[in-house]
Amino acid sequence: MKIRRIVAIGRKETLQVLRDPRSLTIALLLPLMQMFMLGYGVNLDVKHIPLCVLDQEGNQRSQDLLKRFAASRYFDLYKVAASIAEVRHEIDGGACRIAIVVPAGFSRKLVDQGAATVQLLVDGTDSNTATIAAAYAGSVVAAYSGEVQLQAIQRRGGQIQTLTPVAVQARVWFNEDLESSYFIIPGVVALVMAIVGAQLTSLTIAREWERGTMELMVSTPVTPMELMLGKLSPYFVLGLVDAGICLALAVGWFEVPFHGTLPTLFFTTSLFLSVVLCIGYYVSVSIRSQVGASQVALILTMLPTTLLSGFSFPIDQMPALVQDITYLVSARYYVTILKAIFLKGATVSELAVPIFSLTAYAIVLVVLAARAFRKTLD
Amino acid sequence: MNAAPDSAVDVRAVSKRFGALAAVDQMSFSVRQGEIFGLVGPDGAGKTTSMRMLASVMRPDTGGILIDGVDVLADPELAKQHVSYMPQRFGLYEDLTVDENIRFYADLFEVPDKVWRERALRLLAASGMTPFGKRLAGQLSGGMKQKLGLTCALVHAPRVLLLDEPTTGVDPVSRREFWQILYALRAEGVSMVISTAYLDEAERCDRLALLHQGRIMYCDTPRKLKQGMPGAIILVTSAQPRPLLEVVQGIDGVEGVLLVGDGIHIHVDDAECRLPQLAQAIAASGQTAGGIRQIEPTVEDLFVALLERRQQTP
Repeated sequence: MKIRRIVAIGRKETLQVLRDPRSLTIALLLPLMQMFMLGYGVNLDVKHIPLCVLDQEGNQRSQDLLKRFAASRYFDLYKVAASIAEVRHEIDGGACRIAIVVPAGFSRKLVDQGAATVQLLVDGTDSNTATIAAAYAGSVVAAYSGEVQLQAIQRRGGQIQTLTPVAVQARVWFNEDLESSYFIIPGVVALVMAIVGAQLTSLTIAREWERGTMELMVSTPVTPMELMLGKLSPYFVLGLVDAGICLALAVGWFEVPFHGTLPTLFFTTSLFLSVVLCIGYYVSVSIRSQVGASQVALILTMLPTTLLSGFSFPIDQMPALVQDITYLVSARYYVTILKAIFLKGATVSELAVPIFSLTAYAIVLVVLAARAFRKTLD
Repeated sequence: MNAAPDSAVDVRAVSKRFGALAAVDQMSFSVRQGEIFGLVGPDGAGKTTSMRMLASVMRPDTGGILIDGVDVLADPELAKQHVSYMPQRFGLYEDLTVDENIRFYADLFEVPDKVWRERALRLLAASGMTPFGKRLAGQLSGGMKQKLGLTCALVHAPRVLLLDEPTTGVDPVSRREFWQILYALRAEGVSMVISTAYLDEAERCDRLALLHQGRIMYCDTPRKLKQGMPGAIILVTSAQPRPLLEVVQGIDGVEGVLLVGDGIHIHVDDAECRLPQLAQAIAASGQTAGGIRQIEPTVEDLFVALLERRQQTP
């Protein structure tokens, strides 16, 4: 392997990138646009669920309960319905995701029998939101009934300790506010890096075949490894700039707390970048047309990263077989690493396993990509 | 490596098929040191496939190729060190300048810095390209592109130069300059294989092989090939040669007619006997003809005659 040839190819490729302002602009704007689109588009928080109430009782007690719903930050009171038909209309039309119906005789039952029911109607078309909304509603009702019970006991002259015997004091570590954006945005960074990285290199070999410059290149003594290293080097720099843009947006714009260190971030990002650049290169070598290579590179990076990296769907809830497949998705390791660096301030030694996996991945791909290149026209 | 073997290029029974098509069929020839060898034939004759196999960017199905004593199939990378290949399609980077392209190829062949700079200056000066060093290759004319291609090909001082239709689409003045450079290279001892569809250009080669449908029909010097041609060529000059074709076709002794720029070439069995006959026929037809005389056959005449003979005796 001759350094001089690698440098020559790297210099040539750099000049070509710099002289093609359109591609350069795309390479720098694409991550910016994708960060905004995906950063805002993907949000798993369930807040401000539109709520519809029907109060068939209409007295102090029922209003008391309903006010608690309106006051919660999880629900927005959208409609006070006058009939059950109106409730049905709101839910069917999708205007409200959840409805509370307080039946007539609610207060009397509560006083006489010490127990009453309210009806909760939930739109189950989005099961994730429905489950969360029903749980929130349940806790609002539970808090209310606790108070009612306490008042009843006190009224009967009973003495009661107002302390709950066993209380859970939950404290969530690493994402104390349970903001979904805090763990989504690092995933978005990984996704954008995967897409952009593979796109950068997917054209580099295909372009030379299409323009006819490869025929001359393969008639020289250059080796496949020299060609690859030379070709990847300028895109590695460009990819690091893109990574800088994504990470700066994550911290500066989406306000994801950053607890880690920059060297750790830089090191792991370089590893992941090497992997995705090699994926793009491999595709470019295998498919000798620019359009085809670009499409395949997009599918090969976007789909697995979106579905199987743990960025949007938790890996431990996938079927066992699919969980095994996720080990083949390089973004899985980078998503894990990014979340840990951002939210936990993890160090290189704590991340040894995913870093090792990513390194092994990079080495295998470098060898495969270099070998895939054939110095012949047949 | 053997020191200067007798043959710069040795092709032995090489064949290459693309599906059902035999692009190159049992081709054998050898090129002596310091010789310009032409591969001549129409489009689809197998010229480019042959050149690619010589440049070891394509592997033959069967047969062997030695370049400067190196077995191309056994060690293609070693062979590439001593060969320069100029593909038919412009293979340089149009978004790089003339100087950048030259430097790129000098680097790939690891030519010492001082050596290639001096060599590039000389080559650019020889082809009148010195003022264009900073110009992007894509903004050069067709002829200048080919001269740049040649400069890049020569920057590592190859012993064998492979040129695939280097003058196609190049103006006549640039073509002449191009050949002057090739002659200068031959004087330095560089061996060349050049493919061309221009038969007038083929006559500039030291020896040539006539290619037809992947096979070498004849291989000799241009002079010997022409001497071996039976019959003679009569030139009729005319501003409007096309109608003359019909007039002379079918006359006894006429074996073929070829349209050229300023008239027609008539291939006859015997010049002395047929020339007055033809002059009479043309005069009788009322067509205007500038003059009629016997000429030395060109390679083009030869090629047409050979093809005709082949078709008559399948």
